[in-house]
Amino acid sequence: MGMTMTQKILAAHAGLESVEAGQLIEAKLDVVMANDITGPMALPIIRQMSDKVFDRDKVVFVPDHFTPNKDIKSAENSKAIRKYAKEQGLTWYFEQGKSGVEHAILPEAGVVTAGECIIGADSHTCTYGALGAFSTGMGTTDVATGMATGKIWFKVPGAIKFVLTGKPGKYVSGKDIIIHIIGKIGVDGALYKSMEFTGDGIANLSMDDRFTMANMAIEAGAKNGIFPVDDQALSYIKEHSKKPYTIYEADEDAVYDEVITIDLSEVRPTVAFPHLPGNAKTIDEIEAMEPVKIDQVVIGSCTNGRMEDMRKAAAILKGHTVHSDVRVMVVPATQKIYKECIKEGLLDIFVDAGCAVNTPSCGPCMGGHMGVMAAGEKCVSTTNRNFVGRMGHVDSLIYLASPEVAAASAIAGYIANPEKISDADFENTEKAGAVR
Amino acid sequence: MRAKGHVFKYGDNVDTDVIIPARYLNSFDAEELASHAMADIDPDFVKKVQSGDMIVANKNFGCGSSREHAPLCLKTAGVSCIIAETFARIFYRNAINIGLPIIECPEAVKGIDAGDEVEVDFDSGAIYNRTKGTQFQGQPFPEFMQKLIAAGGLVNYTNSKKK
Repeated sequence: MGMTMTQKILAAHAGLESVEAGQLIEAKLDVVMANDITGPMALPIIRQMSDKVFDRDKVVFVPDHFTPNKDIKSAENSKAIRKYAKEQGLTWYFEQGKSGVEHAILPEAGVVTAGECIIGADSHTCTYGALGAFSTGMGTTDVATGMATGKIWFKVPGAIKFVLTGKPGKYVSGKDIIIHIIGKIGVDGALYKSMEFTGDGIANLSMDDRFTMANMAIEAGAKNGIFPVDDQALSYIKEHSKKPYTIYEADEDAVYDEVITIDLSEVRPTVAFPHLPGNAKTIDEIEAMEPVKIDQVVIGSCTNGRMEDMRKAAAILKGHTVHSDVRVMVVPATQKIYKECIKEGLLDIFVDAGCAVNTPSCGPCMGGHMGVMAAGEKCVSTTNRNFVGRMGHVDSLIYLASPEVAAASAIAGYIANPEKISDADFENTEKAGAVR
Repeated sequence: MRAKGHVFKYGDNVDTDVIIPARYLNSFDAEELASHAMADIDPDFVKKVQSGDMIVANKNFGCGSSREHAPLCLKTAGVSCIIAETFARIFYRNAINIGLPIIECPEAVKGIDAGDEVEVDFDSGAIYNRTKGTQFQGQPFPEFMQKLIAAGGLVNYTNSKKK
Protein backbone atom coordinates (compact mmCIF):
# COMPACT_ATOMS: atom_id res chain seq x y z
CA MET A 1 0.00 0.00 0.00
CA GLY A 2 1.33 3.42 -0.94
CA MET A 3 2.31 6.02 1.63
CA THR A 4 1.65 9.73 1.90
CA MET A 5 4.60 12.14 2.06
CA THR A 6 4.20 12.38 5.85
CA GLN A 7 4.04 8.60 6.24
CA LYS A 8 7.24 8.19 4.23
CA ILE A 9 9.14 10.60 6.48
CA LEU A 10 7.79 8.89 9.60
CA ALA A 11 8.63 5.40 8.29
CA ALA A 12 12.20 6.48 7.52
CA HIS A 13 12.63 7.94 11.02
CA ALA A 14 11.16 4.84 12.65
CA GLY A 15 13.48 2.56 10.68
CA LEU A 16 10.52 0.84 9.03
CA GLU A 17 9.93 -0.15 5.40
CA SER A 18 6.40 1.16 5.57
CA VAL A 19 3.81 2.49 8.00
CA GLU A 20 0.07 2.95 7.77
CA ALA A 21 -2.48 5.30 9.32
CA GLY A 22 -3.24 4.48 12.94
CA GLN A 23 0.02 2.62 13.57
CA LEU A 24 1.92 3.56 16.75
CA ILE A 25 5.62 4.07 16.10
CA GLU A 26 8.70 5.47 17.78
CA ALA A 27 10.64 7.85 15.57
CA LYS A 28 14.04 9.53 15.74
CA LEU A 29 13.99 13.31 15.95
CA ASP A 30 16.12 15.75 13.95
CA VAL A 31 15.13 18.91 15.81
CA VAL A 32 13.40 19.39 19.17
CA MET A 33 12.41 22.94 20.10
CA ALA A 34 10.87 24.84 23.00
CA ASN A 35 10.27 28.52 23.82
CA ASP A 36 10.22 30.68 26.94
CA ILE A 37 6.77 29.44 28.03
CA THR A 38 7.21 25.72 27.40
CA GLY A 39 11.01 25.48 27.80
CA PRO A 40 11.42 26.38 31.50
CA MET A 41 8.72 23.86 32.38
CA ALA A 42 10.61 21.20 30.36
CA LEU A 43 13.90 21.56 32.25
CA PRO A 44 12.97 19.70 35.46
CA ILE A 45 11.30 17.01 33.31
CA ILE A 46 14.45 16.54 31.17
CA ARG A 47 16.53 16.27 34.35
CA GLN A 48 14.33 13.42 35.56
CA MET A 49 15.46 11.47 32.51
CA SER A 50 18.96 12.68 31.69
CA ASP A 51 21.74 15.05 32.74
CA LYS A 52 22.38 15.86 29.12
CA VAL A 53 20.26 16.57 26.07
CA PHE A 54 20.50 13.82 23.45
CA ASP A 55 22.32 16.01 20.92
CA ARG A 56 23.45 19.59 21.47
CA ASP A 57 23.02 20.39 17.76
CA LYS A 58 19.41 19.21 17.70
CA VAL A 59 17.91 20.74 20.83
CA VAL A 60 16.77 24.32 20.28
CA PHE A 61 15.46 27.07 22.57
CA VAL A 62 13.89 30.28 21.32
CA PRO A 63 12.74 32.78 23.92
CA ASP A 64 10.10 34.71 21.95
CA HIS A 65 6.69 34.72 23.65
CA PHE A 66 7.11 37.08 26.60
CA THR A 67 10.40 38.56 25.37
CA PRO A 68 11.74 41.17 25.73
CA ASN A 69 10.77 40.01 29.22
CA LYS A 70 7.42 41.45 30.18
CA ASP A 71 7.74 40.97 33.94
CA ILE A 72 9.90 39.41 36.63
CA LYS A 73 8.47 35.91 36.28
CA SER A 74 9.07 35.96 32.52
CA ALA A 75 12.60 37.21 33.11
CA GLU A 76 13.23 34.29 35.48
CA ASN A 77 11.89 31.86 32.87
CA SER A 78 14.12 33.27 30.13
CA LYS A 79 17.05 33.18 32.52
CA ALA A 80 16.43 29.49 33.23
CA ILE A 81 16.56 28.44 29.58
CA ARG A 82 19.50 30.77 28.83
CA LYS A 83 21.48 29.16 31.66
CA TYR A 84 20.51 25.65 30.56
CA ALA A 85 21.45 26.35 26.94
CA LYS A 86 24.89 27.53 28.06
CA GLU A 87 25.39 24.61 30.43
CA GLN A 88 24.53 22.14 27.70
CA GLY A 89 26.53 23.98 25.05
CA LEU A 90 23.58 24.15 22.68
CA THR A 91 24.38 25.26 19.14
CA TRP A 92 20.96 26.80 18.62
CA TYR A 93 19.93 29.17 21.35
CA PHE A 94 18.42 32.34 19.96
CA GLU A 95 18.97 35.35 22.18
CA GLN A 96 17.01 38.58 21.90
CA GLY A 97 18.65 40.88 19.37
CA LYS A 98 19.83 37.96 17.26
CA SER A 99 16.56 36.16 17.19
CA GLY A 100 12.91 36.33 16.23
CA VAL A 101 9.67 34.45 16.42
CA GLU A 102 10.56 30.76 16.57
CA HIS A 103 8.77 29.59 13.43
CA ALA A 104 10.29 32.41 11.38
CA ILE A 105 13.82 32.14 12.76
CA LEU A 106 14.26 28.35 12.48
CA PRO A 107 13.79 28.18 8.69
CA GLU A 108 15.65 31.50 8.21
CA ALA A 109 18.66 30.31 10.21
CA GLY A 110 18.64 26.94 8.46
CA VAL A 111 17.96 24.92 11.62
CA VAL A 112 15.21 22.96 9.87
CA THR A 113 15.23 21.42 6.40
CA ALA A 114 13.46 19.05 4.03
CA GLY A 115 12.78 15.47 5.06
CA GLU A 116 13.36 16.03 8.78
CA CYS A 117 11.23 14.86 11.68
CA ILE A 118 10.73 17.82 14.01
CA ILE A 119 8.78 18.42 17.20
CA GLY A 120 8.37 21.65 19.11
CA ALA A 121 6.58 22.66 22.28
CA ASP A 122 4.48 25.14 20.39
CA SER A 123 1.42 24.25 18.36
CA HIS A 124 2.57 26.21 15.30
CA THR A 125 5.65 24.01 14.89
CA CYS A 126 3.75 22.62 11.88
CA THR A 127 5.09 25.68 9.95
CA TYR A 128 8.20 23.80 8.72
CA GLY A 129 6.03 21.56 6.57
CA ALA A 130 6.50 24.30 3.96
CA LEU A 131 10.04 22.95 3.55
CA GLY A 132 8.89 19.36 3.05
CA ALA A 133 9.62 18.34 6.63
CA PHE A 134 7.36 16.42 9.02
CA SER A 135 6.89 18.88 11.82
CA THR A 136 4.37 19.00 14.62
CA GLY A 137 3.58 20.68 17.93
CA MET A 138 3.54 18.82 21.21
CA GLY A 139 3.36 19.60 24.91
CA THR A 140 6.16 20.09 27.36
CA THR A 141 6.46 16.48 28.59
CA ASP A 142 6.67 15.09 25.05
CA VAL A 143 9.25 17.67 24.04
CA ALA A 144 11.27 17.17 27.24
CA THR A 145 11.32 13.44 26.45
CA GLY A 146 12.42 14.22 22.91
CA MET A 147 15.19 16.46 24.23
CA ALA A 148 16.41 13.79 26.64
CA THR A 149 16.16 10.76 24.36
CA GLY A 150 16.01 11.96 20.73
CA LYS A 151 12.91 9.86 20.16
CA ILE A 152 9.16 10.14 20.62
CA TRP A 153 6.08 8.06 19.87
CA PHE A 154 3.70 8.97 17.08
CA LYS A 155 0.38 7.69 15.88
CA VAL A 156 0.82 7.63 12.10
CA PRO A 157 -1.74 10.05 10.66
CA GLY A 158 -4.01 9.59 7.68
CA ALA A 159 -4.18 12.54 5.32
CA ILE A 160 -6.35 14.90 3.38
CA LYS A 161 -4.89 15.75 -0.01
CA PHE A 162 -5.43 19.31 -1.18
CA VAL A 163 -4.93 19.70 -4.92
CA LEU A 164 -4.19 23.37 -5.54
CA THR A 165 -4.71 24.63 -9.09
CA GLY A 166 -4.56 28.03 -10.77
CA LYS A 167 -3.02 31.30 -9.72
CA PRO A 168 -4.22 33.46 -6.84
CA GLY A 169 -5.38 37.02 -7.56
CA LYS A 170 -3.29 40.10 -6.81
CA TYR A 171 -4.49 40.60 -3.24
CA VAL A 172 -4.84 36.92 -2.35
CA SER A 173 -2.03 35.26 -0.42
CA GLY A 174 -1.37 32.16 1.67
CA LYS A 175 -3.43 33.60 4.54
CA ASP A 176 -6.58 33.95 2.45
CA ILE A 177 -6.13 30.45 1.04
CA ILE A 178 -5.67 28.76 4.41
CA ILE A 179 -8.58 30.63 6.03
CA HIS A 180 -10.68 29.67 2.99
CA ILE A 181 -9.66 26.02 3.49
CA ILE A 182 -10.32 26.03 7.26
CA GLY A 183 -13.67 27.67 6.55
CA LYS A 184 -14.44 24.82 4.18
CA ILE A 185 -13.39 21.87 6.36
CA GLY A 186 -13.86 23.35 9.85
CA VAL A 187 -11.55 23.81 12.84
CA ASP A 188 -11.52 20.05 13.40
CA GLY A 189 -11.79 19.14 9.71
CA ALA A 190 -8.31 17.60 9.68
CA LEU A 191 -8.28 16.36 13.28
CA TYR A 192 -5.40 13.88 13.86
CA LYS A 193 -4.55 14.04 10.11
CA SER A 194 -1.96 15.49 7.76
CA MET A 195 -2.88 18.20 5.31
CA GLU A 196 -0.83 17.40 2.21
CA PHE A 197 -0.77 20.19 -0.34
CA THR A 198 -0.15 19.21 -3.95
CA GLY A 199 -0.96 20.42 -7.45
CA ASP A 200 0.48 22.76 -10.06
CA GLY A 201 -0.97 25.78 -8.25
CA ILE A 202 1.81 25.45 -5.67
CA ALA A 203 4.28 26.88 -8.18
CA ASN A 204 2.29 30.12 -7.90
CA LEU A 205 2.77 30.27 -4.11
CA SER A 206 5.86 31.91 -2.64
CA MET A 207 7.73 30.26 0.23
CA ASP A 208 6.22 32.85 2.58
CA ASP A 209 2.73 31.87 1.36
CA ARG A 210 3.56 28.24 2.09
CA PHE A 211 4.91 28.98 5.58
CA THR A 212 1.65 30.81 6.35
CA MET A 213 -0.46 27.89 5.13
CA ALA A 214 1.52 25.15 6.87
CA ASN A 215 1.55 27.31 10.02
CA MET A 216 -2.23 27.29 10.26
CA ALA A 217 -2.73 23.56 9.60
CA ILE A 218 -3.16 23.21 13.37
CA GLU A 219 -6.16 25.56 13.17
CA ALA A 220 -7.93 22.82 11.21
CA GLY A 221 -6.94 20.34 13.93
CA ALA A 222 -4.22 18.80 11.73
CA LYS A 223 -1.14 17.04 13.02
CA ASN A 224 0.91 18.63 10.26
CA GLY A 225 0.70 20.46 6.97
CA ILE A 226 3.21 19.63 4.27
CA PHE A 227 4.27 20.84 0.84
CA PRO A 228 6.28 19.01 -1.82
CA VAL A 229 9.88 20.17 -2.32
CA ASP A 230 9.93 21.97 -5.67
CA ASP A 231 12.61 24.22 -7.21
CA GLN A 232 11.45 27.20 -5.20
CA ALA A 233 11.65 25.27 -1.91
CA LEU A 234 15.02 23.84 -2.88
CA SER A 235 16.51 27.23 -3.62
CA TYR A 236 15.18 28.51 -0.24
CA ILE A 237 16.71 25.53 1.53
CA LYS A 238 20.08 25.92 -0.20
CA GLU A 239 20.13 29.64 0.53
CA HIS A 240 19.43 29.19 4.24
CA SER A 241 20.76 25.85 5.42
CA LYS A 242 23.94 23.86 5.22
CA LYS A 243 22.31 20.73 6.65
CA PRO A 244 21.87 17.61 4.55
CA TYR A 245 18.30 17.25 3.38
CA THR A 246 16.12 14.49 1.93
CA ILE A 247 13.30 14.95 -0.53
CA TYR A 248 10.32 12.68 0.00
CA GLU A 249 7.40 12.36 -2.36
CA ALA A 250 4.04 10.75 -1.75
CA ASP A 251 3.56 7.42 -3.52
CA GLU A 252 1.35 7.42 -6.62
CA ASP A 253 -0.98 5.01 -4.82
CA ALA A 254 -0.92 6.74 -1.44
CA VAL A 255 -4.17 6.39 0.44
CA TYR A 256 -5.98 9.62 1.38
CA ASP A 257 -9.06 9.99 3.55
CA GLU A 258 -10.25 12.75 1.26
CA VAL A 259 -9.13 14.72 -1.79
CA ILE A 260 -10.15 18.37 -2.02
CA THR A 261 -9.41 20.54 -5.06
CA ILE A 262 -9.00 24.27 -4.60
CA ASP A 263 -8.85 26.62 -7.59
CA LEU A 264 -6.63 29.39 -6.26
CA SER A 265 -7.92 31.85 -8.84
CA GLU A 266 -11.33 31.65 -7.20
CA VAL A 267 -10.14 32.38 -3.65
CA ARG A 268 -11.05 35.90 -2.50
CA PRO A 269 -9.42 37.97 0.25
CA THR A 270 -10.86 36.13 3.25
CA VAL A 271 -11.21 37.07 6.91
CA ALA A 272 -11.90 34.79 9.89
CA PHE A 273 -14.49 36.40 12.18
CA PRO A 274 -14.61 35.82 15.95
CA HIS A 275 -14.17 33.35 17.59
CA LEU A 276 -12.90 30.60 15.31
CA PRO A 277 -10.29 30.54 12.52
CA GLY A 278 -12.84 28.63 10.45
CA ASN A 279 -15.46 31.38 10.67
CA ALA A 280 -14.47 32.59 7.20
CA LYS A 281 -16.06 35.43 5.28
CA THR A 282 -14.93 36.72 1.90
CA ILE A 283 -14.22 40.42 1.48
CA ASP A 284 -17.27 40.59 -0.79
CA GLU A 285 -19.51 39.25 1.98
CA ILE A 286 -17.91 41.71 4.40
CA GLU A 287 -18.47 44.63 2.03
CA ALA A 288 -22.17 43.75 1.91
CA MET A 289 -22.35 44.06 5.72
CA GLU A 290 -22.38 47.07 8.04
CA PRO A 291 -18.73 48.20 8.28
CA VAL A 292 -16.90 46.46 11.13
CA LYS A 293 -15.16 49.38 12.87
CA ILE A 294 -11.87 48.49 14.50
CA ASP A 295 -9.58 49.75 17.26
CA GLN A 296 -6.34 47.89 16.57
CA VAL A 297 -4.37 46.24 13.79
CA VAL A 298 -1.50 43.80 14.28
CA ILE A 299 0.75 42.90 11.34
CA GLY A 300 3.27 40.23 12.29
CA SER A 301 3.59 36.81 14.03
CA CYS A 302 4.79 33.35 13.01
CA THR A 303 1.92 33.38 10.53
CA ASN A 304 2.49 36.68 8.73
CA GLY A 305 5.59 38.47 10.00
CA ARG A 306 7.89 37.56 7.11
CA MET A 307 9.51 39.82 4.54
CA GLU A 308 6.85 39.44 1.91
CA ASP A 309 4.18 40.24 4.50
CA MET A 310 6.04 43.43 5.43
CA ARG A 311 6.35 44.43 1.77
CA LYS A 312 2.67 43.79 1.09
CA ALA A 313 1.54 45.78 4.10
CA ALA A 314 3.91 48.64 3.23
CA ALA A 315 2.72 48.76 -0.37
CA ILE A 316 -0.83 49.42 0.90
CA LEU A 317 0.20 51.85 3.66
CA LYS A 318 2.57 53.92 1.52
CA GLY A 319 1.41 57.50 1.30
CA HIS A 320 -1.52 56.91 3.67
CA THR A 321 -2.03 57.53 7.35
CA VAL A 322 -3.55 55.18 9.87
CA HIS A 323 -7.16 56.06 10.79
CA SER A 324 -7.40 58.24 13.88
CA ASP A 325 -9.42 55.63 15.80
CA VAL A 326 -6.94 52.81 15.12
CA ARG A 327 -3.65 51.74 16.74
CA VAL A 328 -1.37 49.71 14.49
CA MET A 329 1.51 47.48 15.49
CA VAL A 330 3.88 46.11 12.89
CA VAL A 331 6.07 43.31 14.23
CA PRO A 332 8.75 42.03 11.85
CA ALA A 333 9.23 38.38 12.82
CA THR A 334 13.05 38.31 12.94
CA GLN A 335 15.97 40.72 13.26
CA LYS A 336 16.95 39.96 9.66
CA ILE A 337 13.48 40.92 8.45
CA TYR A 338 13.58 44.02 10.66
CA LYS A 339 16.87 45.07 9.08
CA GLU A 340 15.62 44.38 5.59
CA CYS A 341 12.60 46.58 6.35
CA ILE A 342 15.02 49.39 7.24
CA LYS A 343 17.05 48.80 4.08
CA GLU A 344 14.04 48.80 1.79
CA GLY A 345 12.58 51.91 3.43
CA LEU A 346 9.55 50.05 4.80
CA LEU A 347 10.15 51.26 8.34
CA ASP A 348 9.82 54.83 7.08
CA ILE A 349 6.52 53.95 5.44
CA PHE A 350 5.19 52.30 8.62
CA VAL A 351 6.30 55.08 10.95
CA ASP A 352 5.18 57.86 8.61
CA ALA A 353 1.76 56.20 8.37
CA GLY A 354 1.50 56.21 12.18
CA CYS A 355 2.25 52.56 12.99
CA ALA A 356 4.17 51.44 16.04
CA VAL A 357 6.96 49.08 14.98
CA ASN A 358 7.76 46.50 17.66
CA THR A 359 10.84 44.38 18.10
CA PRO A 360 10.37 40.70 17.05
CA SER A 361 8.13 38.93 19.61
CA CYS A 362 4.99 36.79 19.80
CA GLY A 363 3.66 39.40 22.27
CA PRO A 364 0.31 40.66 20.96
CA CYS A 365 -0.76 37.39 19.26
CA MET A 366 -1.60 35.65 22.53
CA GLY A 367 -2.36 38.70 24.64
CA GLY A 368 1.09 38.40 26.17
CA HIS A 369 2.33 41.96 26.03
CA MET A 370 2.82 44.92 23.68
CA GLY A 371 -0.71 45.25 22.32
CA VAL A 372 -3.14 43.71 24.82
CA MET A 373 -6.77 44.65 24.14
CA ALA A 374 -9.43 46.17 26.40
CA ALA A 375 -13.09 45.11 26.71
CA GLY A 376 -15.14 45.64 23.57
CA GLU A 377 -12.16 46.43 21.35
CA LYS A 378 -11.85 44.95 17.88
CA CYS A 379 -8.62 43.99 16.16
CA VAL A 380 -7.76 42.99 12.62
CA SER A 381 -4.77 40.76 13.06
CA THR A 382 -2.51 38.79 10.73
CA THR A 383 -2.02 36.24 13.51
CA ASN A 384 -3.53 32.76 13.68
CA ARG A 385 -6.13 32.54 16.45
CA ASN A 386 -9.24 34.56 17.19
CA PHE A 387 -10.38 32.62 20.25
CA VAL A 388 -12.23 34.31 23.11
CA GLY A 389 -9.76 36.45 25.08
CA ARG A 390 -6.78 35.41 22.94
CA MET A 391 -5.40 38.94 22.58
CA GLY A 392 -6.59 40.37 25.86
CA HIS A 393 -9.94 41.03 27.48
CA VAL A 394 -12.48 38.23 27.22
CA ASP A 395 -14.86 40.69 25.52
CA SER A 396 -12.42 41.81 22.83
CA LEU A 397 -12.85 40.60 19.25
CA ILE A 398 -10.26 39.38 16.73
CA TYR A 399 -10.59 39.25 12.95
CA LEU A 400 -7.85 37.21 11.27
CA ALA A 401 -6.71 38.54 7.90
CA SER A 402 -3.86 38.89 5.42
CA PRO A 403 -1.31 41.72 5.73
CA GLU A 404 -3.02 43.51 2.85
CA VAL A 405 -6.50 43.40 4.37
CA ALA A 406 -4.98 44.41 7.72
CA ALA A 407 -3.16 47.38 6.17
CA ALA A 408 -6.22 48.52 4.21
CA SER A 409 -8.31 48.22 7.40
CA ALA A 410 -5.75 50.27 9.34
CA ILE A 411 -6.26 53.13 6.91
CA ALA A 412 -10.04 52.78 6.62
CA GLY A 413 -10.84 52.24 10.30
CA TYR A 414 -13.00 49.27 9.44
CA ILE A 415 -12.36 45.88 7.79
CA ALA A 416 -11.56 46.98 4.26
CA ASN A 417 -10.89 45.57 0.82
CA PRO A 418 -7.28 46.11 -0.32
CA GLU A 419 -8.47 46.02 -3.92
CA LYS A 420 -10.17 49.36 -3.34
CA ILE A 421 -7.13 51.09 -1.90
CA SER A 422 -6.11 52.76 -5.14
CA ASP A 423 -9.49 54.24 -5.99
CA ALA A 424 -10.84 55.03 -2.54
CA ASP A 425 -9.91 57.69 -0.05
CA PHE A 426 -9.49 55.58 3.05
CA GLU A 427 -8.29 58.47 5.19
CA ASN A 428 -11.78 59.34 6.28
CA THR A 429 -14.38 56.84 7.46
CA GLU A 430 -17.36 58.89 6.26
CA LYS A 431 -15.89 59.40 2.83
CA ALA A 432 -14.71 55.82 2.59
CA GLY A 433 -18.18 54.73 3.64
CA ALA A 434 -19.60 56.74 0.75
CA VAL A 435 -17.18 55.16 -1.69
CA ARG A 436 -18.21 51.73 -0.53
CA MET B 1 -9.31 2.68 38.95
CA ARG B 2 -12.52 4.65 39.31
CA ALA B 3 -13.49 8.30 39.57
CA LYS B 4 -16.73 9.88 40.69
CA GLY B 5 -17.91 13.47 40.64
CA HIS B 6 -20.28 16.10 39.39
CA VAL B 7 -20.16 17.37 35.84
CA PHE B 8 -19.26 20.74 34.33
CA LYS B 9 -20.53 20.76 30.76
CA TYR B 10 -19.21 22.79 27.81
CA GLY B 11 -19.75 22.96 24.03
CA ASP B 12 -17.59 22.54 20.93
CA ASN B 13 -13.97 23.69 20.47
CA VAL B 14 -13.08 24.59 24.07
CA ASP B 15 -9.61 25.99 23.36
CA THR B 16 -6.57 26.09 25.61
CA ASP B 17 -6.65 29.91 25.62
CA VAL B 18 -9.94 29.86 27.55
CA ILE B 19 -8.82 26.93 29.74
CA ILE B 20 -5.71 28.85 30.86
CA PRO B 21 -5.24 32.29 29.24
CA ALA B 22 -1.70 33.19 28.14
CA ARG B 23 -1.57 36.06 30.64
CA TYR B 24 -1.06 33.42 33.35
CA LEU B 25 1.62 31.46 31.48
CA ASN B 26 4.53 33.31 33.06
CA SER B 27 4.25 30.61 35.73
CA PHE B 28 4.23 26.83 35.52
CA ASP B 29 3.41 26.34 39.18
CA ALA B 30 0.52 23.85 39.12
CA GLU B 31 -1.38 25.39 42.07
CA GLU B 32 -1.09 28.89 40.70
CA LEU B 33 -2.27 27.75 37.26
CA ALA B 34 -5.16 25.84 38.85
CA SER B 35 -6.39 29.04 40.50
CA HIS B 36 -7.06 30.41 36.98
CA ALA B 37 -8.52 27.25 35.40
CA MET B 38 -11.26 27.94 32.84
CA ALA B 39 -10.90 31.69 33.55
CA ASP B 40 -12.11 32.90 30.16
CA ILE B 41 -14.97 30.44 29.62
CA ASP B 42 -16.35 29.93 33.13
CA PRO B 43 -15.05 32.38 35.77
CA ASP B 44 -17.02 30.54 38.50
CA PHE B 45 -15.35 27.19 37.73
CA VAL B 46 -12.57 27.49 40.30
CA LYS B 47 -15.05 28.57 42.99
CA LYS B 48 -17.34 25.60 42.36
CA VAL B 49 -15.07 22.71 41.38
CA GLN B 50 -14.66 19.90 43.91
CA SER B 51 -12.02 17.21 43.86
CA GLY B 52 -13.25 14.37 41.63
CA ASP B 53 -15.49 16.53 39.42
CA MET B 54 -15.53 15.92 35.70
CA ILE B 55 -15.69 17.95 32.51
CA VAL B 56 -17.95 16.80 29.71
CA ALA B 57 -17.71 18.60 26.37
CA ASN B 58 -18.62 18.28 22.72
CA LYS B 59 -16.08 18.02 19.92
CA ASN B 60 -12.44 19.15 19.61
CA PHE B 61 -11.84 19.80 23.33
CA GLY B 62 -8.47 21.42 24.03
CA CYS B 63 -7.85 22.84 20.55
CA GLY B 64 -5.27 25.55 19.97
CA SER B 65 -2.03 26.08 21.81
CA SER B 66 0.25 23.22 22.88
CA ARG B 67 0.41 24.53 26.47
CA GLU B 68 0.56 21.57 28.84
CA HIS B 69 -0.48 24.11 31.46
CA ALA B 70 -4.06 23.43 30.27
CA PRO B 71 -4.50 19.79 31.35
CA LEU B 72 -2.20 20.46 34.32
CA CYS B 73 -4.37 23.29 35.69
CA LEU B 74 -7.52 21.18 35.29
CA LYS B 75 -5.99 18.15 37.00
CA THR B 76 -4.64 20.27 39.84
CA ALA B 77 -8.01 22.02 40.25
CA GLY B 78 -9.47 18.59 41.01
CA VAL B 79 -10.82 17.39 37.65
CA SER B 80 -10.72 13.58 37.69
CA CYS B 81 -11.70 12.92 34.08
CA ILE B 82 -12.70 14.65 30.86
CA ILE B 83 -15.25 13.05 28.56
CA ALA B 84 -15.65 14.57 25.09
CA GLU B 85 -16.88 13.66 21.63
CA THR B 86 -13.33 14.27 20.38
CA PHE B 87 -10.13 15.87 21.69
CA ALA B 88 -7.62 18.05 19.86
CA ARG B 89 -4.52 15.90 19.38
CA ILE B 90 -1.95 17.88 21.35
CA PHE B 91 -4.28 18.13 24.35
CA TYR B 92 -4.92 14.38 24.09
CA ARG B 93 -1.19 13.59 24.33
CA ASN B 94 -0.59 16.14 27.07
CA ALA B 95 -3.41 14.78 29.23
CA ILE B 96 -2.11 11.21 28.99
CA ASN B 97 1.47 12.36 29.62
CA ILE B 98 0.56 14.08 32.89
CA GLY B 99 -1.89 11.37 33.99
CA LEU B 100 -5.23 13.14 33.48
CA PRO B 101 -7.71 10.50 32.27
CA ILE B 102 -9.68 11.44 29.15
CA ILE B 103 -12.30 9.45 27.27
CA GLU B 104 -13.86 9.93 23.85
CA CYS B 105 -17.54 8.93 23.95
CA PRO B 106 -20.12 10.91 21.93
CA GLU B 107 -23.04 8.93 23.38
CA ALA B 108 -22.06 9.75 26.95
CA VAL B 109 -21.71 13.43 26.05
CA LYS B 110 -25.30 13.42 24.75
CA GLY B 111 -26.55 11.57 27.82
CA ILE B 112 -24.90 13.69 30.51
CA ASP B 113 -26.04 17.13 31.67
CA ALA B 114 -24.29 19.75 33.78
CA GLY B 115 -24.50 18.85 37.45
CA ASP B 116 -25.11 15.12 36.88
CA GLU B 117 -23.15 12.76 39.10
CA VAL B 118 -21.00 10.48 36.94
CA GLU B 119 -18.75 7.55 37.76
CA VAL B 120 -16.08 6.22 35.39
CA ASP B 121 -14.33 2.86 35.49
CA PHE B 122 -11.06 3.46 33.65
CA ASP B 123 -10.19 -0.22 33.35
CA SER B 124 -13.31 -1.11 31.41
CA GLY B 125 -14.08 2.33 29.91
CA ALA B 126 -17.60 2.16 31.41
CA ILE B 127 -19.27 5.50 32.18
CA TYR B 128 -22.20 5.53 34.64
CA ASN B 129 -24.55 8.50 34.91
CA ARG B 130 -25.64 7.99 38.55
CA THR B 131 -28.14 10.86 38.37
CA LYS B 132 -30.02 9.47 35.39
CA GLY B 133 -29.27 5.78 35.96
CA THR B 134 -27.77 5.30 32.50
CA GLN B 135 -24.54 3.70 31.28
CA PHE B 136 -22.21 4.25 28.33
CA GLN B 137 -19.15 2.49 26.96
CA GLY B 138 -16.14 4.69 26.23
CA GLN B 139 -13.31 3.80 23.85
CA PRO B 140 -10.63 1.90 25.76
CA PHE B 141 -7.07 3.16 25.27
CA PRO B 142 -4.77 1.28 22.85
CA GLU B 143 -2.39 -1.11 24.62
CA PHE B 144 0.62 1.19 24.28
CA MET B 145 -1.19 4.07 25.94
CA GLN B 146 -2.42 1.79 28.72
CA LYS B 147 1.24 0.97 29.41
CA LEU B 148 2.04 4.69 29.48
CA ILE B 149 -0.78 5.37 31.92
CA ALA B 150 0.08 2.35 34.06
CA ALA B 151 3.70 3.55 34.30
CA GLY B 152 2.40 6.90 35.57
CA GLY B 153 3.05 8.93 32.46
CA LEU B 154 5.66 9.32 29.75
CA VAL B 155 8.62 10.26 31.98
CA ASN B 156 8.31 7.17 34.18
CA TYR B 157 7.67 5.02 31.13
CA THR B 158 10.82 6.36 29.43
CA ASN B 159 12.88 5.83 32.58
CA SER B 160 11.53 2.28 33.05
CA LYS B 161 12.67 1.38 29.52
CA LYS B 162 16.24 2.49 30.31
CA LYS B 163 16.59 0.03 33.20
